[in-house]
Amino acid sequence: MAIYPIEEKSRLGSNRTLAARVAALWPRAHRYDHTLLGWLTLIAFFALWELAPALGLVKPLFISSPSRIFKAALWLAERGLWRDIQVSAQEFGIGFGLAVIIGVPLGMLLGWNTPLRAMFNPLISAFHATPRVALLPLLILWLGIGISSKIAIVFLGSIFPILITVMAGMRTLDENLLKCARSFGANDRQIFLTLALPSTVPFIIAGMRLAVGRALIGVVVGELVASTAGIGHMMSIASATFQTDKVFVGILILASAGYSLTELLTWIEAHFERWRPQK
Amino acid sequence: MAKLEIHNLSVEYTLKRTNQSVLALQAVDLTVQNGEFVAIVGPSGCGKTTLLNLVAGLWPITQGKIHLNGRPVQGPGNDRAMVFQTPALLPWRTVQANVGYGLTLQGYSRLETQARTQRFIELVGLAGFEESYPHELSGGMQQRANLARALAVEPALLLLDEPLSAVDAQTREILQIELQRIWLATRHSALYVTHQIDEAIFLADKVVVMATRPGRIQAVIAVDLPRPRPLSIKRHPAFIALSEQIWQLLQRDVSFPRMEH
Repeated sequence: MAIYPIEEKSRLGSNRTLAARVAALWPRAHRYDHTLLGWLTLIAFFALWELAPALGLVKPLFISSPSRIFKAALWLAERGLWRDIQVSAQEFGIGFGLAVIIGVPLGMLLGWNTPLRAMFNPLISAFHATPRVALLPLLILWLGIGISSKIAIVFLGSIFPILITVMAGMRTLDENLLKCARSFGANDRQIFLTLALPSTVPFIIAGMRLAVGRALIGVVVGELVASTAGIGHMMSIASATFQTDKVFVGILILASAGYSLTELLTWIEAHFERWRPQK
Repeated sequence: MAKLEIHNLSVEYTLKRTNQSVLALQAVDLTVQNGEFVAIVGPSGCGKTTLLNLVAGLWPITQGKIHLNGRPVQGPGNDRAMVFQTPALLPWRTVQANVGYGLTLQGYSRLETQARTQRFIELVGLAGFEESYPHELSGGMQQRANLARALAVEPALLLLDEPLSAVDAQTREILQIELQRIWLATRHSALYVTHQIDEAIFLADKVVVMATRPGRIQAVIAVDLPRPRPLSIKRHPAFIALSEQIWQLLQRDVSFPRMEH
């Protein structure tokens, strides 16, 4: 009976994976396999986008094209785009920052203290389930159409995912570790600092990652509804005057901001999770 | 070093579902002398872990008394340390930081913690693994770290709750030898809970045989075998006789399941 090694079979057959083909051309590629595949898809997407209007398959008025968007971005850069980015970044930064500063300790407190959690849980769940943008008309009434109403909506959008995941994280304490700490005579403060806090770190970051998306929604929707400046403001004016290219500039700025913030958090998470088994 | 005295200790609890009252421990009397190694064997549910938790101060004492060096036990204290069945190591701390965990909790200075940690890491044979994380260690090595953490606080009484039950058979025998070596080096008073009869005889100065329903002490059997004991002592007629004696006692309790008529 002949036993064929698996590698032998795949070399003969045509069922070689894309990764294997790339590896044959570039031996060290396997190290970058996944990143490379991701970027290839992205490049292909932009190429198709550029080609479709050029070949007359779709109207450039509606879907624009990467080169048109690039030109529009350059044009805007000389006419106040930086100012818009600054305003939006400020709204995001202050609102999201406040959500983290308040949400993390509050989530820990509520996760740690059962009576407090019982008191506030229904209120938090109700708030979390309400679409936060529904509050926008009220916030505009109270705070005006300037930056404050946007900070408020970003804050309200991002604090609940943080609060809820941190609360859940605090409650997943390992019983065995708790018993061990107690046997060494640890007090509540020490248990909090040496057990609860370190085991909640992954939850804090997960909550922040969820909150990034919510915060960006807050920025854009807030600015689209009523504003005096910002990316959303720029987009709403461009859209009203059929300047699709400029709308896409806004979309791409927001997409890259969301993507880089999420990646940044993944990187921070990896730093804190060095102790976990490598996959 | 310390003397542990347990006097007339009983534990009763009520099952919430059936409202039945269960006697987990009934009138337990036990003394662990200075520097004595006492092993407790018994079937599941005989209350041996309950007894250990009470001595550790993790559960409140309702009936009876436990005295350590003449002082009543009320809650956990620096004079006792526990080695757990699961290693219970903090996964985000290195071996060094884990072994120093008890010392940090008990407020030792950084310098003192570092010196003691290093000493006990070497004693349990983990030198060179100070910077490893628990997931990088085998089960046996994790238990060595667990043991070092308990030893590092230099307790008067060492409590061990089936510390070798989760490792494979070969590692288990090696760790039995290691436990004996470490104990001979430190001479702690020790209370050791196990399922294995041969492990109890191999390690202990006396073996406490417990029975179930209600949890109580059946017999206390002295082991007068010279130390250090090699693993081959397990085939010695005196060892086998002791093992047989204990097995006979346990057998009364661990009967085979029968059909009810």
